[in-house]
Amino acid sequence: MDWLTLSEEELTAIRLSLLVSTVAVAASLPFGILVALALSRGRFVGKSVLNGIVHLPLILPPVVTGFLLLILFGRKGPIGAFLDQYLGIVFSFRWTGAALACAVMGFPLLVRSIRLSLDAVDRKLEDAAGTLGASPIWVFLTVTLPLILPGVIAGMILSFAKSMGEFGATITFVSNIPGETQTLSAAIYTFTQVPGGDLGAMRLTIVAIVISMAALLASEFMAHMIGKRVNFE
Amino acid sequence: MTLSVHVRHRFGDFHLDAGFEAEGGVTALFGRSGSGKTSLVRAIAGLIRPDEGRIALDGDVLVDRKRGLFVPKHRRRFGYVFQEARLFPHLTVKGNLTYGRWFAPRDAVPERFDRVVDLLGIGHLLERRPANLSGGERQRVAIGRALLSAPRLLLMDEPLAALDEERKAEILPYLERLRDETNVPIVYVSHAVHEVAQLADRVVVLRDGRVEAIGPVSEVLSRPGLPTAAHRREAGSVLAGVVEAFDPPHRLATVRLKGNTIHVPNATVEAGKTVRLHIPARDVMLATSRPEGISALNILEGTIEAIADDDEGMITVRIDCGGDIVHARVTALSGERLALHPGKTVFAVIKTVALDPR
Repeated sequence: MDWLTLSEEELTAIRLSLLVSTVAVAASLPFGILVALALSRGRFVGKSVLNGIVHLPLILPPVVTGFLLLILFGRKGPIGAFLDQYLGIVFSFRWTGAALACAVMGFPLLVRSIRLSLDAVDRKLEDAAGTLGASPIWVFLTVTLPLILPGVIAGMILSFAKSMGEFGATITFVSNIPGETQTLSAAIYTFTQVPGGDLGAMRLTIVAIVISMAALLASEFMAHMIGKRVNFE
Repeated sequence: MTLSVHVRHRFGDFHLDAGFEAEGGVTALFGRSGSGKTSLVRAIAGLIRPDEGRIALDGDVLVDRKRGLFVPKHRRRFGYVFQEARLFPHLTVKGNLTYGRWFAPRDAVPERFDRVVDLLGIGHLLERRPANLSGGERQRVAIGRALLSAPRLLLMDEPLAALDEERKAEILPYLERLRDETNVPIVYVSHAVHEVAQLADRVVVLRDGRVEAIGPVSEVLSRPGLPTAAHRREAGSVLAGVVEAFDPPHRLATVRLKGNTIHVPNATVEAGKTVRLHIPARDVMLATSRPEGISALNILEGTIEAIADDDEGMITVRIDCGGDIVHARVTALSGERLALHPGKTVFAVIKTVALDPR
């Protein structure tokens, strides 16, 4: 069973993928909740434009998204130059850039899932909490958030899964540097490009299947537990 | 406590333009559906922002549109009991009950938890989730939740309307205890005459968004001008008295009024207790001489004070029986046959009387 043993290079790609995906989901979650709130509750001019922009990565070819990120967040790009100069944050050709690309690609899935559960929340319960003395922020934290938690978790899992599989936008934005930006998908792609790389590609494919299944099962389990807490004894 | 409300608001075609002042106790907002009573109580709670108006509790102004003042709902500390209980599904009954405590100011003196739980009879439900409660239990928890948020005023928007008759009968006694055993003033929205007769001290009658009548419950409910035919049929007299004696074998209470004693069947009360009697006007017959050989226990002699016509061929006769005012609703034909007129002496035969301990 020697062929199942992962090489150092493969392990690095797996660790990097897990790190990139986790950071992508964690960093995009607060923005995802805010945007979902704005889309579900807000009344403002340009709401459909915001909705369109959020969903753009879902429709555009990933390579196009990656190229746009390169233009905007590259060292010479308007946003990238600003972040580099004032905050010391660099995205281009770093693992943080891979995380940004994954976050952008997973964002529509995250927002959609949270928004759907926000739409389903009974606003009357929020009114009731208000008459009991809770300010809008407390109403959100003690009533709205617990009620949308299943949707938030489902959105996080979807976004995580999307990040694990992200390829096009990442490779366009931050290239394919082993140990820095070479994620699981990029590593599998690289293996298929060299003679005799099939075994490595197969090993990583098995790992990808295991991680995806684990994420799916974890989400099902959490949704089940929360649903149980809300609906039954 | 003085609650002063004056509100003007437009919802599409509907204009609400109503105001009233309420002292402590229970003030009922009474009227048919669509009369604006729920909108009015929602404005008091801060759930709608009226176009114009002023709302104040004692010296504390909550809304004054002229000065651009609007205190948001969470800073008013008005408990609100909704028609549907609106319990938080993710919390246990106990979690629901203690929710408001987190937000009550430190100097507020909340009702004691054990006392409220005991008052509403919900001690055995504390660990349950709202999804597993019956409608009546849910509504009791909702009332307790509002009470425990240390409200300055309790607003109840038809808390019994979503329940069947049996559940209503289950909750009414709890509402009575609430009125008698807590000091929180209550604004009670209802379209049911018997609820208002049983619970309220003062009544504000609303019709098409305007106040039609306002006054003590005994006066307003006996007026022939109640908003709908169904309400007029339910109208009657509300009399206060003291229980003089209670006869357990016959389950019969004797109640001393101002100038009469009345026997009330099927009531369990202690002697010496102050009670309220509700006598529906349609259950009072009139006779010009004292009837004999009749099963009715209560026959009061009195003088006709006034007779009011309505357009349904019925008349409401107001009779002064030695200081106790009783109303009888009879057909206009009977009125003509008996030659009823103010000043005439008649005997009021009371068929049913409901007793409300207070």
